[in-house]
Amino acid sequence: MSEFSISRATTISRAASLLALLLIVGLAAAPWWATRADLHLIGEFATYVALASLWNLLAGYTGLVSVGQQAYVGLGGYVLFTTALFLHINPLLAIPLAGVVAAIVALPMAKLVFRLQGAYFAIGTWVVAEVFRLIFAQVTALGGGSGSSLPVEAVRSIAASRDMREWLIYWTALVLGVGSVALVYGLLRSRIGLALTAIRDSEIASASLGVRIGQVKFAVYVLVAAVTAMVGSLIFLQKLRISPDAAFSVNDWTAFVIFIVVIGGIGTIEGPIVGTIVYFLLREFLADLGSIYLMILGGVAIVIMLVAPQGIWGFVARRFGISLFPTGYHVTWK
Amino acid sequence: MDWVNAVVQGVLVGGLYALFAAGLSLIFGVMRLVNIAHGDLIVLAAFVSLVMVEATGLHPLASLLLVVPLMALAGYALQRGILNHTLGKDILPPLLVTFGLSVILQNGLLEIFTADSRKLNAGALETASLSAGAGIDIGVLPLLMFATAVGVIAGLQFIFYRTAWGRAFRATSDDKEVAQLMGLNIGHVYGLAMALCLAVVGIAGVFLAIRSNFDPSLGPGRLIFGFEAVIIGGLGNLWGTLAGGVILGVAQGLGAQINPGWQVLAGHLAFLLVLAIRPKGLFPRIEG
Amino acid sequence: MSDLLLEVTALEAFYGDFQALHGVSFSLRKGEMLSLIGANGAGKSTLLKALCGLVKAAPASIRWMGRNIGGLPPHDIVRLGIGLVPEGRRLFPSLSVEENLVLGGAVNRLGPWGLKSIYDLFPILAEKRHAPSTSLSGGQQQMVAIGRTLMSNPDLILLDELSLGLAPIVIRDIYETLPRITGNGMSAILVEQDVTRALSVARQFICLQEGRVSLAGEPHGFSRDQITAAYFGT
Repeated sequence: MSEFSISRATTISRAASLLALLLIVGLAAAPWWATRADLHLIGEFATYVALASLWNLLAGYTGLVSVGQQAYVGLGGYVLFTTALFLHINPLLAIPLAGVVAAIVALPMAKLVFRLQGAYFAIGTWVVAEVFRLIFAQVTALGGGSGSSLPVEAVRSIAASRDMREWLIYWTALVLGVGSVALVYGLLRSRIGLALTAIRDSEIASASLGVRIGQVKFAVYVLVAAVTAMVGSLIFLQKLRISPDAAFSVNDWTAFVIFIVVIGGIGTIEGPIVGTIVYFLLREFLADLGSIYLMILGGVAIVIMLVAPQGIWGFVARRFGISLFPTGYHVTWK
Repeated sequence: MDWVNAVVQGVLVGGLYALFAAGLSLIFGVMRLVNIAHGDLIVLAAFVSLVMVEATGLHPLASLLLVVPLMALAGYALQRGILNHTLGKDILPPLLVTFGLSVILQNGLLEIFTADSRKLNAGALETASLSAGAGIDIGVLPLLMFATAVGVIAGLQFIFYRTAWGRAFRATSDDKEVAQLMGLNIGHVYGLAMALCLAVVGIAGVFLAIRSNFDPSLGPGRLIFGFEAVIIGGLGNLWGTLAGGVILGVAQGLGAQINPGWQVLAGHLAFLLVLAIRPKGLFPRIEG
Repeated sequence: MSDLLLEVTALEAFYGDFQALHGVSFSLRKGEMLSLIGANGAGKSTLLKALCGLVKAAPASIRWMGRNIGGLPPHDIVRLGIGLVPEGRRLFPSLSVEENLVLGGAVNRLGPWGLKSIYDLFPILAEKRHAPSTSLSGGQQQMVAIGRTLMSNPDLILLDELSLGLAPIVIRDIYETLPRITGNGMSAILVEQDVTRALSVARQFICLQEGRVSLAGEPHGFSRDQITAAYFGT
């Protein structure tokens, strides 16, 4: 009988964990070595990593392809502005509140859209987002169709100095970015993750084994909605201004996110991170082209889907057999 | 009286929504594909019509003669060139590819035509109306649109149930593998289905261009209206789709009567209501 | 040139990573009927699917009338004269009985079979021509399935598990029509779970076991024990 050991981590993943830790520490210390513009960029990067990881959890792992997540991004933004305009509490507290509100709203929404399947589900989520947009456009107290700006007192109540305010917002963005990836990773290593993988492989088989598919999907949808809304409230805290069109923009919160996940590698944890890097690089060089830039993004996404549907990271992982965030176990013979 | 008028107008515009939806319904029936770029293709057809009218000075309805065959050809090419390669067990590829297509179309049209609002002038047709008594006026153009919708759906039903073409569609939709054993080239059958779908889209686009202002960003909205008409009416039933379009149109009309800003929202709410109480739609025939 | 209609040489077939057929070889003459027997999962249906193009095969591994047809798409192979009556009938539920038959004839190959001759062969179908195909009894559906494939006037008809799910008396009736089907020179390969029936109907047989030919030849040339051994692979 030969000896063997079972483990999750590999040398590469351990190295990656160490590197990630160093990176996070370095980024946390950014207020001391980066410029204000850098902080903005890193913060924006973190919010897109968050949105992409969450969408990936929904579509890549749970099979719920939503093109309506902008509903919760905008909802989060409006929760922030509502608390700022009417409740006069520290806007940073609005972030967890947005999560709670979104979770509550997501419950009946999920019940509705789950009556649809596949691509019809996708469009259904889009309709929900449109309903949110149209309703908020009617609420004059929040600025109606033209929106409103964040009151100065609300901004001031975050912290005493402007620097401190920027840093707090930056750290919050970092927490949400790292936290979203950690959340997805943790979830996939748990029993829910096992259920999701089983569902992804075969719904019928997993159902016959007692996996409560409906409940798992429902729970993931609500969870993703909540965290997405938290990211949304942070986004609009940074923007200082909200309007229904900006809050519920399909382009900004869904099209770009989908692009990021597809190009990075759908159904992998590393994919959204890789995809966000690619997106920011492309934006750096091509954004001046305006609509042509968007057409290029669309074209690249189509080509990737046809030629390499597993995305950049999916290709790399399969080719070299590496995983930076291992969720499966492997046996090592001694 | 305004309310009755609103209902009548809603019924008639329902015909246009049914035109938006008919292609969606057809393609889903044959190959279980939902084309996210469907609405943008309708807008594309509207712009093609615009170009043709500006180039020839012909009446917009005459542009149908060119727009419809052009769109049909484009549909065949699109299906065989790109979409056929996305079909399979996974729902992600067709969804994401058509999403990418939607982005490309919208931005492409934006680049070429700018975001300016356009409209085609159908001349006397636009203002002509018939009196239905009791102070209700029915515009000739809306009536024509509705009649066209009925005609198109009747035509599609005929094709589906009384021609060899339709037999091939139904067989392929039932069992792709065995359909091949009968000598059907599935790629070609799908191409024909998309050609038919885009021919209908062409008709819808021309009517859209005549009826109201249009610009490159209108696509997603038309997709959603078409989708809502299909779901309200019930999957797999083209006449149901017509009914769905009518219900949507009436809901929007009634909403607009209460508050003009509520028009589209009222339609969405009607859709969500049907989804809540009759998830399979009002006259369903196949499983989603 | 021999009158070998079909030559299968070292045929291999895969479902993903799983190899279903390992180097299967046999040949068929014009007008010949071959029985294909084997346990479940032995590869019988896979072999038929490879012949009609539903499963990929190396081009030279299947020669039909002197040309390589391995790997050709099914819609081309039907045109060349190989027709499959699929396991489990698999009629088109959205089509009526007659529509199923007419669709079968869409390839427009010349031959004795058409709507009229099919209705002569199976009169009950003429009565039910406009009924939805799946509203018929199992045996009647089997008739429609056979008729649908006959409509393409194949030179080789592949019959996959005709008796699946049917009552014995119905099976007997269907088998009684077989000679009329293959009578005018049509070759046939018959896959049949009932070994006795399979061996009594055909002049040649092949036994598959885990994707390999374990026994082949004329039925009366082997004992019961030999066939059982080949079937189960002991």
